[in-house]
Parts: sequence; C-alpha cells; structure tokens
Amino acid sequence: MTVLTEQHRVEAADEQLVVVPARHPWRWAGTALVLVLLAQFVHGLATNPGWDWSTFFGYFLEKSVVEALGVTLLLTFAGAVLGFLGGIPLAAMRLSPNPVLSTVAWAYIWVFRSVPLLVQLLFWANLGYLYDRLQIGIPFGPGWSFPTVALISSLGAAILGLALHEAAYAGEIIRAGLLSVDHGQHEAAAALGIPKWRQFYRIVLPQAMRAILPNAANLLVNLLKSTSVVYILAIGELFYQVQVIYGRSGRVVPLLMVATVWYVILTALLSILQYYTERHFARGAVRNLPPTPFQKLKAALKR
Amino acid sequence: MIEISGVHKTFGTTEVLRGIDLTAEAGTVTVVLGPSGSGKSTLLRCINHLEKVDSGLVRIDGQLIGYRQSGNKLHELNERQILKQRAGIGFVFQNFNLFPHLTALENIAEAPIAAQGRPQRLVYERARELLTRVGLGDRADAYPRQLSGGQQQRVAIARALALDPKLILFDEPTSALDPELVGEVLDVLRDLAATGTTMIVVTHEIGFAREAADTVVFMDSGRIVEQGPPTEVLDNPKHERTRAFLSAVLV
Repeated sequence: MTVLTEQHRVEAADEQLVVVPARHPWRWAGTALVLVLLAQFVHGLATNPGWDWSTFFGYFLEKSVVEALGVTLLLTFAGAVLGFLGGIPLAAMRLSPNPVLSTVAWAYIWVFRSVPLLVQLLFWANLGYLYDRLQIGIPFGPGWSFPTVALISSLGAAILGLALHEAAYAGEIIRAGLLSVDHGQHEAAAALGIPKWRQFYRIVLPQAMRAILPNAANLLVNLLKSTSVVYILAIGELFYQVQVIYGRSGRVVPLLMVATVWYVILTALLSILQYYTERHFARGAVRNLPPTPFQKLKAALKR
Repeated sequence: MIEISGVHKTFGTTEVLRGIDLTAEAGTVTVVLGPSGSGKSTLLRCINHLEKVDSGLVRIDGQLIGYRQSGNKLHELNERQILKQRAGIGFVFQNFNLFPHLTALENIAEAPIAAQGRPQRLVYERARELLTRVGLGDRADAYPRQLSGGQQQRVAIARALALDPKLILFDEPTSALDPELVGEVLDVLRDLAATGTTMIVVTHEIGFAREAADTVVFMDSGRIVEQGPPTEVLDNPKHERTRAFLSAVLV
C-alpha cells in the first residue's frame, strides 16, 4: 500500500524543477559596445603612422634611455627611503604631547606641502646663491665648513628636494595610520608592561601598516612620476633623456611613448609589490585571506 | 596584599572616585559591583596606573604603584619603571584587546618575553600549557578574529596569567559576550579563584559574586557604599542603595 502524502508530492515535483538564469540583455549590449571601442583604439594604435612604432622600438631599450631609467629609479628609491625615514619622526613629533615638537612638525608639513616641488627644486639647486659655504660643528661655535656647490650637486639637490617634499606627505600618512589603531591596543600593551619601543614596532606599527600601505603606495607611484619634474635641473632621468632625443630627431610622439611605457611598467611592478605587502600585513585582519591571482590560476589549472 | 587608601580621581569636572579605601588579602577574590558610572572601572585602572590618581595611594605587597617614596617625598616613576610594575599586575579588558595580528599563542608569549625577558622556548611551552588550561589547547595558531568572543576572552585571561602576576584585575570580563558564552569565561574565573589567584573582578554577574567572592564591594557615585562577605552584602544589604541595585539586577 502506498500512500502519497501532500508532502511527498511537493518533493517529487521539486526534483523536476529547473533553474533558468536571469537574462541581462543590456549587459551584453554594453559589453559589445566596449569591445568595439577597444578594437577601434587598438586598430588606431597599430595603423596610425604617427605613433611611429619602429622609432619607439628603436629607442625603447637604447643605452641612454636605459641609463636614464636607472637615474629615475635612483631618484625614486632615494626619495622614498629618505622621505619615509623623515616621515616617521615627523609623525611621532606631531603626535607628541610636547607643544614645541608638534608645532615644529606641523609647520614643516605646512611649508613643504605648500611649496610646489618644481619651485622647491630650484631653491635647492640655487642654495649656493644664498649660503656659499655650509658648516657643521657646534651650534653658534666652531666647525668645518664646505663650499655649498661642492656639497650639493644638482643630483644631490634633486634628491634633497624630493626627500623633503615626500617626508611632509609621508609624515601625514604615517600619522593617519598610527591614529587608526584602536586605543585598546595601546592600553593592552601598556597593561602588559611591554617596553615602549617594542609597543610601537611590534604592536602598533604592524596594525597601522594596514592603513599606511595603500596611501604610501599612492605616494610612491606619485613620486616615481614626480621625478620627471627634475628635468628642470638638467639631470639625465627618463623624461629629460627622451626630451634630449626628440629635440635632436624631432620624433616627439614615439619618444614620449618610450617614457610613458616605462612609467607604466614601473607602476605595474610597484602595484604588484603593493598587493603582496598589503597581503602580508592583512594577517589576522580577515578570517581567511583570499587566494592571490597566482594561486587562483594554479587552482584553475589543477581542475 | 593590595591596599588602596584615599584614592580620588576627576575627569574634567566630574569626580569619578571620591576617596576609595579598600584592602584585599593575597589569594582572595574581591568582586566590585555597582551601577554604571559608579567608578568601578576607573578604580581598576588606577590600581595598575593606566589612570593616574589625583590623590591617594595604591600599594601592592607594600610597594607603591606609580611612585617611589623617599622620606616624605613621592617621586613619580618614569614610563619604563611603571611598565615594569604593570607586568606584575594582570589586566583583563571588557573588549579583550587581543592583538589581532598575532596568533593566540603569540599574544600570550609576547609580554613574558618582551617585558620580563624570559627565555623564548620556556615561554612558548608555558603559553601552550595556559591555553590548555583555559580549554583552547587546539587553537594555539588561530588569530583572534578566528575565535568566538568567549574564546578570545579566555586567551586574554591566559595572556594575563602568563606574566605570573601577583594580582589580576578583571574589568567586566563577560559584558561584551553573548549570554551563552558567559558561562565558559566564568568557569575559567572560578577555576582561578579556587587555585588561590588574587583577583579583583568588576562584574554584573551576581551569581559569580555569590559563589566565588571572598569580599563583595558595592560602589555608587565614586564611593564604596558597603563591603563584606557575599552573605552579608548580597543577602542582607545594610544600605538602601545596595538593596535598590540588587533588586533591580536580580529580577
């Protein structure tokens, strides 16, 4: 004897139901439009003789360009390292309860964020005009002095300018990161009697890094491109060098593309670095870290 | 032994503590009850000098907290010396305040290594024992956010125990927990009380006070209204204010 209850009938019917995904015709139309525009753009890049790709490839890995690229990297590296080294004490000073320290840091940041980088670079390059000798030694007392021009070359002026400019921004970025750490963390560290310096670098800073990193990466990418401003001091960095070349050959567009593509490649490398650094400092911040694109690819290939 | 005498503390214009005198013998459990805003948490925070008192003294085993006495002068201790004193006083926060970027094990091991300079290997061994003691032996490598509130608070208690403190202060250790998780934390507290740990516990858990406390202290608007064994304060309160509070809490 089989008794088919109402419940059973519903379940039996359920098994035959098929889910039809919702259709999105406008999404398809939008996709098609974007693909057409993209194809037109690529076609234009390939066929417009104005881009002059043979000149582009002729100069892309040319020795003077690669050397200039090295100078750009040096300026970026030195500017970033010195800038962030300067930013740490600036942030600490601004957060200090001592009014002299916090006001001085505030004033520094105010001044160096106010003066355009270009103007500042010209000031440093002309420092010898203001002070023809620089001296180190006891304040207001004796010391050693050096001619300014010998001490600050144009490359030195460029690095100095970039670093001082970056330090003002880095200081604010680091300060924002330190402020983002929950007050309870400071209290817990203090209650456990962890020494002050270790509280900073073991407890507070790793958590602050989550807030610092995206902004710091922004600053770094911006610095990479800001190094092109240094051309004003006639330093052979990437942008200056392509200007020299197109000044001779008159092929402006392909040489600007040489510089552009290099900047894009370097920014891409920095972005990858940013992704993995952020991931490192995300430890414990989310329950489970999402897989990296590389891990996703590996998983997809395994399947 | 903890001796608190004449402690006053003002925030802005509000006087939060208006002369607190309290003594707790070693190995005893003191439970502090009182309405919110009565100064219970501030009192705890004054004991380990997270808050500086305006006047009054706190002594633990005869040693002044936050000051050094020479003759009739009190010299404020510097940051480093205060941190050293704090390492001998455990503190368990309402919101746990575990370090989110460190695993449960690293949270426990951090202070004994950094503040007391104990050898790393022994500290990690001990940290594992403590985790087992609070029932989390298998979660050593979990990050705080991967743990429930009750588990986080148990790690926080293990973290306080790892310093072998003379005294542990608990600031509403179960107030941030879901009701079903309160029991597991109170079990750990009962276990500590039974093994003779000196504890001062600010809580709203009257049941815990009744079972585990040697002394119950009732505070209201910055003063201690009455104190004594739980049978007196909880079952036969002398003051009207205590009676009103208890009848409101024990509905």
